[in-house]
Amino acid sequence: MSELTRDERAESEELLHRALAGARLPRWGIAASAAGAIALAIILNLTTSVAGVAGTVVVAVLLFLAIQTTWSFRVEGRRHAVDRLATTGVYATFVIAIAPLVAVLATVVVKGLSVISSTFLTTSMRNISPRSEGGGLYHALIGTLEQVGIAALFGVPLGILTAIYLVEYAPSAKSRRLSRAISFFVDVMTGVPSVVVGLFIFTAFVLTLGMERSGFTASLALTILMLPVVVRSTEEMLRIVPRELREASYALGIPKWRTILKIVLPTALGGIVTGAMLAIARVAGETAPLLLTTFLSQSINTNPFKGPQAALPTFIWDQFTSATDASVNRAWGGALVLIVLVMVLYGAAKIIARYTGIKRG
Amino acid sequence: MSTQIEHPATPSPTVGIEGSAVRRGDRVFLGLSRTAGIFILVTMAAIAAFLIWKAIPSLQANTANFFTTSEWFPDQKPSVFGIAALTFGTLMTALIAMILAVPVGIGIALFIAHYAPPRLASVLGFVTDLLAAVPSIIFGMWGLQFLTPQMEGLGKWLNDYLGFIPLFRNDSGQYSKSILIASVVLAIMVLPTVSAISREVFVQVPRAHIEAALALGATRWEMVRLSVFPFARPGMISASMLGLGRALGETIAVALILSASYTINWQITAPGGNTFAANIALRWNEAGDIGLSALVASGLVLFVITLVVNMAARIIIARRSEFSGAN
Repeated sequence: MSELTRDERAESEELLHRALAGARLPRWGIAASAAGAIALAIILNLTTSVAGVAGTVVVAVLLFLAIQTTWSFRVEGRRHAVDRLATTGVYATFVIAIAPLVAVLATVVVKGLSVISSTFLTTSMRNISPRSEGGGLYHALIGTLEQVGIAALFGVPLGILTAIYLVEYAPSAKSRRLSRAISFFVDVMTGVPSVVVGLFIFTAFVLTLGMERSGFTASLALTILMLPVVVRSTEEMLRIVPRELREASYALGIPKWRTILKIVLPTALGGIVTGAMLAIARVAGETAPLLLTTFLSQSINTNPFKGPQAALPTFIWDQFTSATDASVNRAWGGALVLIVLVMVLYGAAKIIARYTGIKRG
Repeated sequence: MSTQIEHPATPSPTVGIEGSAVRRGDRVFLGLSRTAGIFILVTMAAIAAFLIWKAIPSLQANTANFFTTSEWFPDQKPSVFGIAALTFGTLMTALIAMILAVPVGIGIALFIAHYAPPRLASVLGFVTDLLAAVPSIIFGMWGLQFLTPQMEGLGKWLNDYLGFIPLFRNDSGQYSKSILIASVVLAIMVLPTVSAISREVFVQVPRAHIEAALALGATRWEMVRLSVFPFARPGMISASMLGLGRALGETIAVALILSASYTINWQITAPGGNTFAANIALRWNEAGDIGLSALVASGLVLFVITLVVNMAARIIIARRSEFSGAN
C-alpha cells in the first residue's frame, strides 16, 4: 500500500461517508444560503416595494428557507430537506423568544433611566398633580415591601408546612386520598387568575368581614398567590433529600419531627429559600389583585393595616393611566424600579440555588 | 445472621421505623402540617363559595340574559348586563395567543432539550424563565407603547392582502388597541409556561428511544417525531392547556392594551374588545353595589373556565406520570 497524501485520504473518507450517509450539503452550505438570502433581500428592498427593517428581515428568512430547502432537496433528498427545515424552525423559535425579552428590558431601561433620580426614589406623590414633573415612588416602594413582606410571612411557612405534609407524612399516613387532593389542588391553585383571587379577598374580607381596603388585604391576596409556588418548590426540594439521611436519623432514635426540623429542612434549605424568593418575585409585580383590594394613596403610609397604601404596581398603573407626559414617564421609572427589584430577587434566588443545591448521588 | 438466632422477645423491626410510637412532638407537627394542607383545600372551596354568594344579588337583579347579552349596565334601573362580549373577547384573545405561542413554546423546549449544546441550554432555560418574571403590567405598557406602532404595518398588510377573510379586514382604518396586539402580548407572556412544562417532559424521554431512532438512521427531526413527540404528547397538551389557563386569566396587560369597548369585535386588527379579567379591573372603581356583584359574577365564570382548563391539564399530565416511570 502506497502512502496516501492528505488530500487523497480526505477524498476517500468523503467517498466512504457519501456511500454510507448519502450526499450532503457542504459545510458552508448554511452560511452560503444565509448570505444569498440576505443579499437577495437587500436587493429586493432597494428595487421593489419590500420596505422597512421588519419586512426585509421576514423576506430574508423566507428566502433562506427556500434556498436551503431547495438546495438540500436536490442534493440530499426529501428527508434531509425536511430535517433542515425543522432545525431552522427550532432555532428560529428561540430567536422569537429572546427578541421580546430584549425588547421589553431595553424599553424599560431606556424609558425608565431618564426618570430615575434621588428625588424619584425618596419622595412621594403628595401634592404633585399628574401633569407636573417631579415626585417619586418612595411611598409605593414602602407599600410593596410591607405588603409582600406580610404575604411572605404567611405564605412561606404555610407553604413549607404543606410541602412537609405532602412529602414526609402523606406516604405513610392513612389519609392518602387527602394528600392527593391537596397535591392536585395546589397545582390547580397555581392556575387561578390573580384577579379572581383579588375578588375573593374583596368579597370575603371586605364585604363579609367588614375589613377596610388596606395594604393588609392586599397581602392576603398575595399570600394566596404565592402559596402554591412555595409548596411546589419546597416539595421538589424535600423529595430529593436522600432517604438515607432520614433513615440514619431514625436509626439513632430521633423522632420524626426532629428529623424533619434538624436533618431534612437544613439539607433542603437552599432550595426552599430559592423557591420562596421566586414566589416573592412572582407576586411583587401583581397588579390586578391590588387594584381590587386596596385604595391607592399618593402619600406615604407606613401602616399596612389602616388607610390607603400605594404599591409599585398600582403606582405604575395610576401614573400610566393618568396619561400625561410627566406621569407616563414616572410610570416607566416605576417599571424600571419594579423590574430591577424582581430581577434582583430572581438572580439572587438562582445564585443561592446554584451554590447550595443538594448533591445528587 | 439474625435468622439463626431465635429471640422471641425481639419486636419486629418494622414497628417504630415510621414513628408508630406516638410522641407529642410528632402529633403536633403532623397536626400543623396537615392543617396547612387542608387550608389550601378550604381556600379553594372558599373562593368558589364567596364568589357564588356575592354574585347572587346581581344575578337576581339582572333583567337581561346573563350569558347572551353584550351590554354592561348593572347599576342602571333596571339592571342590564351579560357576558357575551366578554366570553367572545376572552376566548378570541386566548385562542390567537395559543395559536402563536404553542408552536413557538414547543420549539423553544425542543431547542433546549434536544438541539442546543448543554451549556448553552441551561443559560437559555434561565432566559426563558426571566421572561416569566417580567410583571404583566410592564408587558402591558410595552405592548401599548412599543409593540403597537410595530404592529401597524402587519395590520395594514393583513387588511390589504387578506382582507377578504372577515377576521383580517379592518374597516376602522385604525390598528391600535386591537385584539391581535393583545393576543401577541399574551402569547409572549404564556411562552415560558408552555416551554417550561414541555421541556420537563422532553428531557424525560428515555435515552433508549432516542438512540434507537438515531441508530435506525433517522434524521434528528425524524427522531423527534418518532420518539420525542409520542412520549411527550400528554405533556405538550397539558403545557398548552396551562398556558391557555394563564392567557384566559391575564388581566392588566390586556386591560392596558385593549380599548375597553363592550362589543363583539370580529375584526382582530381593529380597536375594540374586552375580556373577563380586564373588564373587572377597568370597571372596579366605578361600580356600585350591583355593579360590584355583577363583576363578581363575571369573575365566577372566569374562575370556572380556568378551573376546568387547569384541572383537565393536570389530570392529563398526572395520568402520564403514573405509567411513564419517569418519577
